[in-house]
Amino acid sequence: MSTDVLDGTVLRTEIRLFRREPGGIFWILLFPTLLLVILGSIPSFREPDPALGGLRPVDAYVPVAVLLGLIVGGLQGMPQTLTGYRENGILRRMSTTPVRPAALLTAQMLVFGGAALLSALVALAVGRLAFDVELPGQPFGYLLALLLALLGTLALGAVLSALSRTTKIATAVGSLALFPAMFCAGVWLPVEAMPDVLADVVGRTPFGAAARALNEAAAGDWPDWSHLGTLAVWTVLLTAAAARWFRWE
Amino acid sequence: MSVIEVTDLRKSYGGRPVVDGVSFAVEEGEIFGILGPNGAGKTTTVECVGGLRVPDAGRIRVTGLDPVADHKEVTRVLGAQLQQSELQPKLTVREALELYASFYPRPADWRPLAERLGLTPKLTTRFAKLSGGQKQRLSIALALIGDPRIVVLDELTTGLDPRARRDTWELVEDVRAGGVTVLLVTHFMEEAQRLCDRIAVIDRGRIAALDTPAGLIRRSAGATVISFTPSAPLDDHDLNALPELASVRHKDGRVTLSGTDETVDAVLTLLARSRVTAHQLRVTDATLDDAFLDLTETTA
Repeated sequence: MSTDVLDGTVLRTEIRLFRREPGGIFWILLFPTLLLVILGSIPSFREPDPALGGLRPVDAYVPVAVLLGLIVGGLQGMPQTLTGYRENGILRRMSTTPVRPAALLTAQMLVFGGAALLSALVALAVGRLAFDVELPGQPFGYLLALLLALLGTLALGAVLSALSRTTKIATAVGSLALFPAMFCAGVWLPVEAMPDVLADVVGRTPFGAAARALNEAAAGDWPDWSHLGTLAVWTVLLTAAAARWFRWE
Repeated sequence: MSVIEVTDLRKSYGGRPVVDGVSFAVEEGEIFGILGPNGAGKTTTVECVGGLRVPDAGRIRVTGLDPVADHKEVTRVLGAQLQQSELQPKLTVREALELYASFYPRPADWRPLAERLGLTPKLTTRFAKLSGGQKQRLSIALALIGDPRIVVLDELTTGLDPRARRDTWELVEDVRAGGVTVLLVTHFMEEAQRLCDRIAVIDRGRIAALDTPAGLIRRSAGATVISFTPSAPLDDHDLNALPELASVRHKDGRVTLSGTDETVDAVLTLLARSRVTAHQLRVTDATLDDAFLDLTETTA
C-alpha cells in the first residue's frame, strides 16, 4: 500500500525501529501502568475519598495513566525522533525518492499514536484486573475523548518538532512541556481533587480537558461537550500551527 | 543526447544570489563534474536539478522532465547521494536496501549491488555502526537502487581516507561503465581530473569555465611549471624577461616558474649562458589545481 503520505513499507520499518528502542517502550508502554501499580499498592489509595466524589484515588488514576502514555509518547518520543530525522537529512534523502518524506511523518504519528493507545489498554486492563477499577461506563464517549486527546498530542508533538532545530532542543522543549502537561492531566493531583478555580483553568488546557472528559466517560456519562469542544479547538489550532511551521529540512 | 539541460538557472537566499545564471548540458553516459570552492553554489545547483529546490528563474530539464512539476517521474530516472544525508541509526544495511528498493517501480536487485559495493558482510549491521566509508558506499547503493539513468553524487569522498577514496573512484567508473550518466559535485581537483569527462568550474554562482580537464589545464596561463635550485643567484631581470612567463616564485633558494614549453627552453638557455647549474630540476605539467586557481582568480 502506498500513497503520497502513507507507505506500508515505511510504516513497517518505523514499527520495527520503535521495537529497537527499549527506552521508548518502557516510558510509553510500561511506565504509566507501573505508576498506577505503585500508587494502587498504597492502602489509602484504595479507600473511597469524599474529595473525589466517593471514588478511590486508584480509580481516578486510571485516566491519568492513560493520558500519561499519550503525553510521554507525544512530547518525549515523537518530536525527538522527527527532529532527528530532519537534522540528519533522513527526510532530505527520502525526498530524492518517489516516496515523499510526509510518509515518514505519517508513520511516526501512527507508531507513537499506536503505542500510546496500547499503553492506554494496558493501564485499563491492569486497573481492572489488579485493582478492580470499573471499565469506562460510557465506552464510546471515552474512546472519542481519547482519540481527540491523541490527535491533539500528536499535533503538539509536531509543533514542538517544528520549533526545534536540533534533537537537543527538541529534548529540552519536550521536557519543558512535559511537566505542565503531566500536571494538567492530574499526575500529582487528579483534576477532580483540585480547588474549583484551578480545576477551571486546568480544564481549558488540552490535557486538563481530556482528563475531565475521560473521568466523565469513566463514570458512565457522556463527556461534557465543553470539554470535548476544548479538546477539538486545541487539536485544530495545534494542527494548523504544525502545518504552518513544520519544515522538511 | 543531453539528459540534463540547465539554462540560465538563478537562485537567491535572502536576497543574496547563490546561483547566478548557470547553464550547462550533460550528455548521456558521461561523467560531468561540477567543481568549485566551498559556497560557490554547486550543491544548490544540483539540488535544483534533483527538484529539491525550486529555482527563482531559469529552466531545467532532466530527460525532458521538469524536476519540480514532474518530481515523482524525475526521482525514478535520477538517483541522488546528497551531503549529510544519514539513515535511521538502528536501521540495518539490508533493511535500508529493501526499504529504498520498495520505493521504485522497477528497482535494481539489491544483492548484486551490495556485493559490488562490498556491503555484503555488513548486511545485518546497523547504520550507526558503519564506518564513514561504509556509510558512503551505502549512500551510493541507495542512489543506484532505483536503477536510474542518471546519478548525482555530491562530495562523495569528503571525509574518506585516501584508500577508501580511490576505491570509491573505481566504483564511479564502474557505474558509468554500466551506462549510468554521472553528475559529480566536488571540490577535490584530483578527483575531478581523474574521473570527469567534462568539468564546469563554478565560482560565486557563475560558470567560470566548462571544458575537459586537459582543456582547462591548457587554457590556464601557466600550463608548464619548471622549478630548480640554482647554484648561484639568477638576475631577476633576466627571469622576468623570459618569453611566455606566467609567474615567478622564490622560496628557500628555489625558483619556480610557470609558463609554456617555450619558457622552459628559454630558462635552459639562460642557465647555460649564465653558467649556473640547476640542481633538482623538475619540469611538470600544471595540474587542474593550478588551472582552477587561475580560473577562479581571474573572475575576482
